[in-house]
Amino acid sequence: MTHTQKRIIANNIVMVLSTTSALIGMGFLFWILSVLIINGVDALSFSIFTNEGAPPGYENSGLKHALIGQFMIVGVATIVGVPFGILAGTYLSEYGQKSKLAETIRDVSDIMMSAPSIVIGAFVYSIVVAPMGHFSGWAGSVALTIIMLPIILRTTDDMLQLVPSTLREAAFALGAPKYKVIMQVVYRGAKVGVLTGILLGIARVAGETAPLLFTSFNDNFLNTDMGEPMASLTVTMYNYATSPYEDWQKLGWAAAFILSMFILSLNIIGRLLIMKRKEK
Amino acid sequence: MNKIIDTVFASSTKIIAMSILFIVAWIFTVLLNQSMDSIQALGFDFLTGTKWAPNLEKFGALPAIYGSVVSTFIAMVLAVPIAIGVAIFLSELAPQKVKAPVGVSIELLAAIPSVIYGMWGLFYFVPIVRDVFGGIGISMLTAGIVLSIMILPFMAAVTRDAMNTTPDILKESAYALGGTKWDVIKDIIIPYAKAGIIGSFILALGRAIGETMAVTFVMGNVHKISLDLTAPATSIPVTLANEFTEADTDLYYSSLFELSMLLLVISFTIISIAKFYFLRRKRRS
Repeated sequence: MTHTQKRIIANNIVMVLSTTSALIGMGFLFWILSVLIINGVDALSFSIFTNEGAPPGYENSGLKHALIGQFMIVGVATIVGVPFGILAGTYLSEYGQKSKLAETIRDVSDIMMSAPSIVIGAFVYSIVVAPMGHFSGWAGSVALTIIMLPIILRTTDDMLQLVPSTLREAAFALGAPKYKVIMQVVYRGAKVGVLTGILLGIARVAGETAPLLFTSFNDNFLNTDMGEPMASLTVTMYNYATSPYEDWQKLGWAAAFILSMFILSLNIIGRLLIMKRKEK
Repeated sequence: MNKIIDTVFASSTKIIAMSILFIVAWIFTVLLNQSMDSIQALGFDFLTGTKWAPNLEKFGALPAIYGSVVSTFIAMVLAVPIAIGVAIFLSELAPQKVKAPVGVSIELLAAIPSVIYGMWGLFYFVPIVRDVFGGIGISMLTAGIVLSIMILPFMAAVTRDAMNTTPDILKESAYALGGTKWDVIKDIIIPYAKAGIIGSFILALGRAIGETMAVTFVMGNVHKISLDLTAPATSIPVTLANEFTEADTDLYYSSLFELSMLLLVISFTIISIAKFYFLRRKRRS
């Protein structure tokens, strides 16, 4: 066998192996998605959105409590996390730039983005839940805000840096003070990118379960008081899926389906926004 | 007037940006404070003890540490070769028409919350492990496999990104010399993107070791070191998820906080290694 033949054979072997592994990977992921869709669609019904949780065996149980709880917990986290994240990102891009402080903040946020979220739950437990004496929706929001902050901060930082410095210089040349340049020129230029970052940040925290287990805890009924334990889609899903009751498990799949569709749509919208901007 | 607003705006953004450092420091301080009881009462026995019996006030974290290490190891062994394969497929093999949809769907799958992987594992994978490998299906092995599937999309996506940083001109030169695809991959792309590829594996490792929901469903939370991979086991996050709301004594709480701190330190270290040692170059470009 010549050297060339050997190389061609080696090449073919690797090509087959890598295509196979792509197929294996895609197969598993396709499996998960189809399971999610089949079980989710099967369990979906209109009453799921209008009824609260019920003991196992009861008909007409729904996820209204979890949907509303989820919306409130994630909503508060977004309202707090987004402006703070944007302002912090503004500092990095516009003021700190390449300074040591800014670089340290960037590094620490990068690490925080991959840090185990359950640890954030334990932290919030001891600073919010323990002093209050009980679990609460607020505690869940605090945990999610801490997880969201570094994500918004880093994407804002990246997006503002993409705004050409000539735009800033032009505004400065007209005599605008720096805060006006940032608010009216830089923010405007980076609008779409920052918005994408916010969508992805919301998508990321909406799927968090571990930090809610011992902060917002759970409630099988509708509760809109953030000072009390509160249901979320993710924790409800966990509790229902691990229960031995078939009707609860079914509700768990419905929750999984609704949540995944929500998160996937946020991701797809974010992508479309980026693509649209590139076309311009 | 403008000057005042300018100063206020500048300093408030600075304070908010610095608050992230403050929060991280606060997390470490709180966890350390809360673990003091357990550190003082148990000392090093906490890390080396194999017995976790809250009713007897015995807290040995070794089974949980062992479970974290072994399940993550299984996940890495399974996911790394497949991730490399997928990355090669996406960056070099696939025709343009296939590349985009497959690439995007892998990225979207990386966004699916881990609790869903865990739920899938419980209902669909546990029975398979039970039938094929024996045992009850809730096991270290199941946890490792589900974990590997969960980190696969992330790992494949970042590995592909690392491979894609290779300049086309380098690849084209190699093809012009008569190199096969494999020649180009092993002699051009992998050497060029080595740091990025290793960095993304370590980053995935850092994520996997702190992952809670994907494994909590299928691991069983049994504090026992067993060489049998089909036996139920536990890991640090699994213990926390299962026991945090049940802890009834101060020492029990404190031990769980010490576990949290241990987990945070381990993942901080791993992620920092990935970031600072391997992925530094990426930042500059």
